[in-house]
Amino acid sequence: MSTLTLPEPDRAVLSRRNDIVKQLKRLVPEAIVIADQEGCRTFESDALTAYHCLPLAVILAGSTEEVAAILRYCHDNHVKVVPRGAGTSLCGGALPLEDAVVLCLSRMNKVIEIDTSNRFARVEAGITNIAITEAVSKQGFFYAPDPSSQIACTVGGNVATNSGGAHCLKYGVTVNNLLGVRLVMMDGEIVELGGPQLDAPGYDFLPLIAGSEGQLGVVTEVTVRLLASPEGSRPILIGFDSIESAASCVAAIIAAGIIPVAIEFMDRPAIHVCEHFVPAGYPLDAEAALIVEVEGSEDEIEYLLEKVEDIARDFLPTSLRRSQSPEETALIWKGRKAAFGAIGQISDYICMDGVIPLSKLPKALDEIGWICRKYRFDVANIFHAGDGNLHPLILYNANDSGQLERVELCGGEILKLCVALGGCLTGEHGVGIEKRELMYEQYTDEDIDQQVRIKEEFDPTWLLNPGKVFPIEGREAQKMRGIDLQGMDIEVLPEAERDVDGEVDVEAEVELMEGRDAP
Amino acid sequence: MTGHMRLGFHAPETEQELASLVLEAAETRTPLEVIGSGTKREIGHPVGSGAVVGTEAMTGVSLYEPSELVMVAKAGTPLAEVEAKLAENEQELAFEPVDLGAILGYGPGEGTIGGVIATNISGSRRILKGAARDHVLGIRAVNGRGEVIKAGGRVMKNVTGYDLGRTLAGSWGTLAIMTEISLKVLPAQRETRTLIFFGLTDQTAIEALCIAMGTPYEVSGTLHLHEDLAARLSDEEIAGAEAPVTAIRVENFPASARYRAARLRQALLAYSPALELDGERSKAFWRDVRTLKMFQGVPNPLWRVSTTPSHAAKLIGTLTRKINVRAAYDWSGGLIWIETPALTDAGAVDIRRALSELGGHATLIRADDATRSGIDVFHPLEPQLTILSAKLKHAFDPLGIFNPGRMYRDM
Repeated sequence: MSTLTLPEPDRAVLSRRNDIVKQLKRLVPEAIVIADQEGCRTFESDALTAYHCLPLAVILAGSTEEVAAILRYCHDNHVKVVPRGAGTSLCGGALPLEDAVVLCLSRMNKVIEIDTSNRFARVEAGITNIAITEAVSKQGFFYAPDPSSQIACTVGGNVATNSGGAHCLKYGVTVNNLLGVRLVMMDGEIVELGGPQLDAPGYDFLPLIAGSEGQLGVVTEVTVRLLASPEGSRPILIGFDSIESAASCVAAIIAAGIIPVAIEFMDRPAIHVCEHFVPAGYPLDAEAALIVEVEGSEDEIEYLLEKVEDIARDFLPTSLRRSQSPEETALIWKGRKAAFGAIGQISDYICMDGVIPLSKLPKALDEIGWICRKYRFDVANIFHAGDGNLHPLILYNANDSGQLERVELCGGEILKLCVALGGCLTGEHGVGIEKRELMYEQYTDEDIDQQVRIKEEFDPTWLLNPGKVFPIEGREAQKMRGIDLQGMDIEVLPEAERDVDGEVDVEAEVELMEGRDAP
Repeated sequence: MTGHMRLGFHAPETEQELASLVLEAAETRTPLEVIGSGTKREIGHPVGSGAVVGTEAMTGVSLYEPSELVMVAKAGTPLAEVEAKLAENEQELAFEPVDLGAILGYGPGEGTIGGVIATNISGSRRILKGAARDHVLGIRAVNGRGEVIKAGGRVMKNVTGYDLGRTLAGSWGTLAIMTEISLKVLPAQRETRTLIFFGLTDQTAIEALCIAMGTPYEVSGTLHLHEDLAARLSDEEIAGAEAPVTAIRVENFPASARYRAARLRQALLAYSPALELDGERSKAFWRDVRTLKMFQGVPNPLWRVSTTPSHAAKLIGTLTRKINVRAAYDWSGGLIWIETPALTDAGAVDIRRALSELGGHATLIRADDATRSGIDVFHPLEPQLTILSAKLKHAFDPLGIFNPGRMYRDM
């Protein structure tokens, strides 16, 4: 089975669909309740596009009060809720359920307050990540976490997955830059956690909310820390004739006491694809390349790049290219930032997100190569090397039926390898449905039970984004979560067969609508 | 029902031994006072239970990879040992934990790394590098059911499941007993330079500190001391200045630190920078701050207040009209250490009344048993937060055996 299962839908809820929609339309403006099939289709999947499911209805919430009203109603009527930002999750974190209401916050996209003397910004959860920096850059500030989807993804979604980005080696991930959230609990209660101060009284709930994948409450407002922008930044591009040399160079830079703002690693396939897509002058003769970026004044940058270059020379680089101008810097980054798109041009791919201890990097890349060869897939590696967060892109053909199943198995094996090397399943994408069944690779029963107990204190009836994060296969797991799981296969379609232009795949639709009352 | 568990002090040597002990405590409903080596035991309401469990026998650094910026240490490892190991590789705990030992009657670095994380005690560099909790990569712990649990791991990034490790930071031993902590460590700063200003009012000083924080020079220390407190510092020139002292720190490699200090001096000319400390003298100044030298050797109650910088001076102004206080502002005013006279409530009513208008919270760090028994040591929570906190407590420690009442009376 390549398809992951979701909890059996609540037939009683499905049979009350019309009534539920009617009630929802009484609670909030009718215009923000989407219940027709065509409207719901936009929300049927997130960026893990192989999986999709039409929800019961979609609400485009415009305020905390509306979110609270919807949650209270769903709580009282035992209707599941799937919170959603921009739907850029790569792990199916925002995948709808047939018997669930999708609560979409992307309309809540306002900046509420900017306070540069106290260095915080309070924003609505549906604002895009980049919009925060755009709102404060003129005053010389920025918001540090920068996931590669930052022009689209929402800060609420960033909180849900505790997103990172290329610059988190120096600046940390979302939780490290988060000061407060307004959280609506499943029963509609509104709670303020944290605030503009650097710490809060009592328990620190922010680390618990950050990375909880929308399972503990719905975040409607976020207070983030603002940082003063650096004077400048510049990268150096270094080619190596082996992966080992590149990996050892990363370790040596860090051991020398230098924390660059970013260290990006590309292997040979990635270098070639990127260079073909954006001719940025990447070293085509190299087995691996690093982009090392440092920040500061011109003198500070020169000094640090000099040191990085000195260190790199010990590992016999095939090329060393210090950016000499803002244009050159932009070009070097353009290649890197276009990487996923470039690879997407030549093939379908799945992007893994495992993390390993840095010292295991050569071994990990070697093993990943073997695993992919075993499953007969090509792989390109392009990732944040400083923190060991790997992103192997496994290339497959979605048109070839059976490949999705095989590529998922291949990806699973890579993640197991990461755990075995002392790392973890996911560094910044989240567990979602994608890695749910692998949780026992990393955790014991007791570890998972402890997390489940927290879920059950916050949401005792498992209405908020169920079927994600925790394994639901296996009798014990099911019993513990009080879910009646017959196991329902959700629809899986290869990318290419999915009609992105909006034409309806009638057969799939009919299957999905089965068991649901005719409108 | 209270069973037959041996009361008195327990110092298990292994995680398994600790788990058995907690299981026994759970089965016999015996409350446990949880400590590391006990240096912060006098913070919070007196727990007053019959059994005490300390982690001080679980010591040692089990993994240290300088080039991966990671150290894993048993919870009972003394802070001094952790920092000495890091110093051998020119690394450090970037959050610069405040060492409360000296103001509570203990030696330097005697506290455990578990205690540092359990109290989430972060120093001056919090404003640049984050809090203690931000440097937690993973933990192992024993929950209130006597189960060994782990969360996170030893790698820099990890979003696999809920982040229980950082959640335990600042929970004061009331949720679970940490047995091992995996920490992000960072290269030590090569040079430290400090600009010193004399005679600024609280309001003007905070204005200057916030301007500094808005520059790109990675300011890592922003302090303002009332005159009486400055007089207690070790630096003779500063202590003898008979004026309030304001300090701004920059760090990095020597040429960069020099450059940054020069640029800041330029940006803050209007505030008349008087001295620029470098080398050992600069480091010694911040060592004083880290050990709260300005509050050593006096018995007065001491509060730790967290607020927004722009409200800080007003808060102290309001208080000064009611009671005689001495204040040390850190975090550019976001953190205020307040020394109050020996009043019955240590000034709790006045401090919290002022905070309810201006925003923020106050924790009583030093006071005698009688005072601590009589007032809320930790800041009272909003009703919804109280409910949520009780739920979190219940998820980890359903029988309420860990440090009952230490933070909040009914928890």
